[in-house]
Amino acid sequence: MAQDSRGLSPEPVVRVRDLTRRYGERTILDHVDLDIGRGEFVALLGRSGSGKSTFLRALAGLDHGVPGSGGFEAPDAVSVVFQDARLLPWKKVVDNVALGLGGAAPRERALRALGEVELTARAEAWPLQLSGGEQQRAALARSLVREPELLLLDEPFGALDALTRLRMQALLLDLCARHQPAVLLVTHDVDEAIHLAQRVLVLDQGRFSVDIKVDLPDEPGPRERRFAEVRAHLLTSLGVTERELRRVA
Amino acid sequence: MADLSLSNGRDVAAPSRSSWLGRARPRSSAGEAALRRRRKLGPGPVIPYGAALGPVLLLILWSLGSATGYIDDRILSAPWTVATTGWDLIQDGRLQDNLWTSFVRSFWGLFWGIVAGATLGVIAGLSRIGEYLVDGPIQIKRAIPALALIPLLMLWFGIGEGMKILTIALITFAPIYIQTHDGLRSTDARFIELAETLDLSNAQFLRHVVLPAALPGFLLGLRFGVTYSWLALVVVEQVNATSGLGYMINLARTYGQTEVIILCLAVYAALGLSSDWLVRFITRKALPWRKILAD
Repeated sequence: MAQDSRGLSPEPVVRVRDLTRRYGERTILDHVDLDIGRGEFVALLGRSGSGKSTFLRALAGLDHGVPGSGGFEAPDAVSVVFQDARLLPWKKVVDNVALGLGGAAPRERALRALGEVELTARAEAWPLQLSGGEQQRAALARSLVREPELLLLDEPFGALDALTRLRMQALLLDLCARHQPAVLLVTHDVDEAIHLAQRVLVLDQGRFSVDIKVDLPDEPGPRERRFAEVRAHLLTSLGVTERELRRVA
Repeated sequence: MADLSLSNGRDVAAPSRSSWLGRARPRSSAGEAALRRRRKLGPGPVIPYGAALGPVLLLILWSLGSATGYIDDRILSAPWTVATTGWDLIQDGRLQDNLWTSFVRSFWGLFWGIVAGATLGVIAGLSRIGEYLVDGPIQIKRAIPALALIPLLMLWFGIGEGMKILTIALITFAPIYIQTHDGLRSTDARFIELAETLDLSNAQFLRHVVLPAALPGFLLGLRFGVTYSWLALVVVEQVNATSGLGYMINLARTYGQTEVIILCLAVYAALGLSSDWLVRFITRKALPWRKILAD
């Protein structure tokens, strides 16, 4: 099994050991181990209901009352971005970003974060006045202004149109290059996972069935070949058949 | 890779798409057919001041009926009789005095209703123990018709102003309590999760998430409360009173003056409509983030 990623990174910021979570009779996570290195970008794929969100919510500390065992170490500064932007509609965009922000000059820091996601012009707008992409950019600003060591992204671009999603993905890569958090991206989009992450996991039957480094070469030719190879491997492990792969993918 | 999948996709989609276009083309490109607009469904266009149409029509029917003698003056006075009576009552100051008395009663009753409703709503909404202590008695009280309480209130508090204000407060606090409690309890679970991930303290959570989320509920309760306060006013003033609009109506009934009764009803209508407008105005001001939904 591909759970030998331990020790790949000299200094893991996330250390999950033997994590088990159950919903009723169903075991969603079955003694899962995982290390995420400092600044490492990990994507987690899985079919719907495979438990990838359960895993993310466990790391975020949001799974109150879900029975299970095992444990994990995570840094103090953890930010979460959900599929919906989750901006409080009664607070202006900048106040949403600054919500609960400690330290000096929270508002100024919030404005700077909005600048990073190119949303300065909408700082004083109400969230309901923003487009879906703008709302999600504000949510990114809210998560990054806290300088997280671990950034948890739960299908953050799932509700966006294809064009907006592309631009958000580019923005996310820029922001991660600048802030260097460890990232766990939960997604069902195989291409997104390969484009964004350095390492891709597939969660199946409560365990990580795949754990591969993406390491795309820089030269266009080999890069495309490697991309196709990884993609086919991931799609197959997600249950896409040879015939389906030939037909559309 | 991307190129490959695109051309693949085109090959697969091409036949079906062209057949779809083939079906769509004759309808959209045939000259006369393209000019024909579809019939628009829906209630029809907006007419300026159209909302006044119904009331004005009623007034016209009433005037015609009175002028032709079709409506007996003893059953329903003519509109102009009501207007001149109103003018006379304003001249000798009786209308203003009674209106003011009623207004003050209603105001204080509503004031204490808001204080009690909001306080108890917050207590029951924010703590489980508070809910266990407060919610049960209030639900029992709500099940008792307000009118049935009046004899007991009269025995306890006499027939003075205090009893009237208390009755109005008892009737108005219920909707405010219910909506505030409900607003506090139905805070969106997604926002609760967000607050947890942002590590908000209890105080921050209350101030930035729970209370703003409950504000629309409180304001809705307030709107009901204001409407109920006029209702409660009529009840207490018709049971026993020596001043106020309800007293004027009772007196007019004794003397068979339908014009005074109609006049008082018109004043009630004006009070009800304007106070409702006021609450909606406050709501718009208090919830600026909602206004853009209507724009």
